Amino acid sequence: MLKEIGLTSMEQLHDAIPDSLKLKREMDLPPAMNEYELRRHIDGLLAKNKHSGDYLNFLGAGCWQHFIPAVCDEINQRSEFVTAYAGEPYEDHGRFQALFEYQSLLAELVDMDVVNVPTFDWAQAASTAIRMAGRITGRKTVLLPRSVDPDKAAIIRNYCTPVMEIQYVDIDQVTGRMDLNDLSSKLNDDTAAVYFENPCYLGIIEDQGAEISELAHKINAVSIVGVDPISLGVLEPPGHYGADIICGDLQPLGMHMNFGGGQAGFIATRDEEKYVMEYPSRLFGIVPTEVEGEYGFGDVAYERTSFALREKGKESVGTQTALWGITAGVYLALLGPAGMQEVGSTIIQKSHYAAKQISRIPGVSLHFENGTFFKEFVVDFNDTGLTVDEINQRLMETGIFGGKDLSLSYPSWGQCALYCVTETHTQADLDRLVDTLRSIVSTS
Amino acid sequence: MKRIRRDHKVRKFHQAKWDEPVIFELHRPGERGVVPPGTEATVAAEVGSAEDNIPASMWRRTIPALPEIGQAKVLRHYLRLSQETLGSDMNVEIGQGTCTMKYIPRINEMLIRNPRMTELHPLQDVDSVQGMLEIFHNLDLAMREISGMDAFSFQPSSGTQALLAMASIVRAYHDSRGEGEQRDEIITTIFSHPSQAATAAVKGYKIITLHPDENGFPDLEKLKNVVSERTAGFVVANPEDTGIYNHRIREFTDVVHEAGGVCYYDQANANGLLGITRAKEAGFDMCFFNLHKTFAAPHMCGGPATGALGVTEELKNFMPGPLVDKEDDGRYILRDQTEVSIGKVRSFHGVAQTVLRSYAWIMSLGPDGLKDVAQVAVLNNNYLYHKIVQIRGASAPYVQGRRLEQVRYSWKQLTDETGVTTEDITRRMCDFGLHYWTSHHPYIVPQPFTLEPTESYSKEDLDEYIHALEHISNEAYTQPDIVKSAPHNSTVHRNDESSLDDPKQWCITWRAYLKKTQPELH
Repeated sequence: MLKEIGLTSMEQLHDAIPDSLKLKREMDLPPAMNEYELRRHIDGLLAKNKHSGDYLNFLGAGCWQHFIPAVCDEINQRSEFVTAYAGEPYEDHGRFQALFEYQSLLAELVDMDVVNVPTFDWAQAASTAIRMAGRITGRKTVLLPRSVDPDKAAIIRNYCTPVMEIQYVDIDQVTGRMDLNDLSSKLNDDTAAVYFENPCYLGIIEDQGAEISELAHKINAVSIVGVDPISLGVLEPPGHYGADIICGDLQPLGMHMNFGGGQAGFIATRDEEKYVMEYPSRLFGIVPTEVEGEYGFGDVAYERTSFALREKGKESVGTQTALWGITAGVYLALLGPAGMQEVGSTIIQKSHYAAKQISRIPGVSLHFENGTFFKEFVVDFNDTGLTVDEINQRLMETGIFGGKDLSLSYPSWGQCALYCVTETHTQADLDRLVDTLRSIVSTS
Repeated sequence: MKRIRRDHKVRKFHQAKWDEPVIFELHRPGERGVVPPGTEATVAAEVGSAEDNIPASMWRRTIPALPEIGQAKVLRHYLRLSQETLGSDMNVEIGQGTCTMKYIPRINEMLIRNPRMTELHPLQDVDSVQGMLEIFHNLDLAMREISGMDAFSFQPSSGTQALLAMASIVRAYHDSRGEGEQRDEIITTIFSHPSQAATAAVKGYKIITLHPDENGFPDLEKLKNVVSERTAGFVVANPEDTGIYNHRIREFTDVVHEAGGVCYYDQANANGLLGITRAKEAGFDMCFFNLHKTFAAPHMCGGPATGALGVTEELKNFMPGPLVDKEDDGRYILRDQTEVSIGKVRSFHGVAQTVLRSYAWIMSLGPDGLKDVAQVAVLNNNYLYHKIVQIRGASAPYVQGRRLEQVRYSWKQLTDETGVTTEDITRRMCDFGLHYWTSHHPYIVPQPFTLEPTESYSKEDLDEYIHALEHISNEAYTQPDIVKSAPHNSTVHRNDESSLDDPKQWCITWRAYLKKTQPELH
């Protein structure tokens, strides 16, 4: 091949690069390993990790341990899907159909007519929803309750600066719900959107959705609701209480936790041009082909995107998290309506069981005693004399990952932790947690 | 027995065609795919029903209209859809230029399925994830050596998100020096990825786009004319999507630095440079590598991926966090962001699976192997280039020298002489089991196509691709209708795209399709 292109050495291939820019030494990297050595090496590193298969895990806070049907893994590992990328509708018909079906299945779950090909994660979906609202209304401010995950708020702030401004709305310190008086006082002519979550980061179910949306709509602002999709077999879809844009994370629908690598965001709206034309991401639509009886799939309104218009497109689009969308579609197809209702019910019952038992431990209580919650809840350890960090260290010694320490994010609450209970926990698991906590607290 | 003749030069391929219904059509009331874990009776006895435990107004009254399908049918459906997807494992995927489609080692896919990876929660105590943090740290060290940068974050989960993070760092850096208001322009080039311009615009910058000189190089004189005290940054790929390496890149970065701007490097096209040249020596303050391109993590239908973001010491405090550090006692920790950090661009630590895959890939190649990758990729590209420009109707505009790992070609002559366009050729290439992509917009090169052969393909593979293009060129000159009416061997025939841009007709979900095509039922 060298001869054919008129060269005599491999070094000549890089003649276009000036000598002054060339690295004139070998890179300082470990020598190559063969496959066997590599496997031993990586297995050795991974062996240092303690994982939620062996440990009882009560961490959630944006990444959750759920039951994953084997078929989700089977499809997720298919070589064709794993290695596909930007193929045309004619060689990647299956990819287009699988993503159209994902959009369609999620649309039923959230009860909206438009869903996009997934974004990076929930934080990205929320950020984009906020910027969409800014473009739709021509206004600059978004109101967020203080119960939004501080890390998510940091992502939103970075993505929205300098186009949008974030203002916080207080939450009721007893129930954790949004403080409607504070919200009302902050709504004005510059409010593009009110964003709130169901359940929120702290697990609380916001049951004032209709009032919040109405307040937003009264001043022609957009109501955006972030939602955990695994709750939607039992909780009202946000469109039913006035949401104009719905967003959230797909990770609960068939993705392993993967140290946080399973996150994928979704956005859903009504099928209205003013909303659809503000999506930056790809939207796959179904079309006829030139042969009657065939389904074809293609990009809807591609000219919106930065692929077509560079800086003049809506925000920016590139590689996102498409495979997780396909996997979430498989999950929804497997569970069906009954499965989604069952998994939601199970999570509510088990998490309430755990919260009830934990709050019976002397010195331990629920931070929001009057709040209603789904899957996650805030446990108050202030009266135990122990820090959450100390409790979590003791729990880990017994094979349990305790809840997320909130003392840094919400310092005024003192020693509180966010516990997550899902359908994967058995009663025995929960009783073990409660017994261990009781023992730790009583010996302090 | 008669000898079986197999002397045809193009593959006699037909894409899988299952005539598969949309999944909602598989619905049969009462079927179940899987039963999730349920509630123990003793738990229910203690707390009551789910409905009892939430506010009445929040109980879903109409269950979602998801289809009810047995497990075997769900599996069969998705397996058929996977078969109707070509994937780079299935074809000589050199037709997706700018995306570095390469062989995905199976061992890495096996490694990331280990529960000690998949079942890790990102908020676990650092003492319980020392192996994972070691992998992050080791990959950081390798990336520093490959680029000359001083620290890497793996939080951005694509090249686009890495570009956004870099534009965010540019803004934070100038804000910290009190020049945030004044510096409101970012300079880029027309042959860069659209995300370079788009992400800078997301951060509120005015975009200045440089067009190439007559040889296809970014124009240094034009750069000198546009830099000023308003310049916040300069973002460029080198080589650009044309495959042309700008040998004066150091002069470009010097000019921008003299004006007070930050230079950031889109290294999505780095495959032909490994071990040859680095971002640091070219004068860049930041760069990113796509782990899903250069470092052999798969593309997964469009993510999740990783845009590994590297910066020099001066910009380290602006990085998204937390970063993994190693203590003197050998323990790995997560170091929190500083006050001036941009915060975060993605939840948690990014896509850990791609970090593991790329670390494994680097460890399997070593320093010699990485340099071999660069040389073989460039050899493959120049062999392909040499052959393609001999095909009737094809050319490679701009400088007629060697190119790095890809080339932007043109079918202008073929289109002028036969009426066959590059889009027609996209559809015809499907008929031979090969993916072919036109190019990024705008089509500065007329009737463009961009090919990037990478190191993964043999001479026989390249020849197969070349033969297919020769075959189609011959068809264009002798029987163009065959090309124009393609595809002929695909899962489906040509889409009727007339509804895709029409709000009254577009159907982005099945329920929207039913409403718009059977309104009487809704």
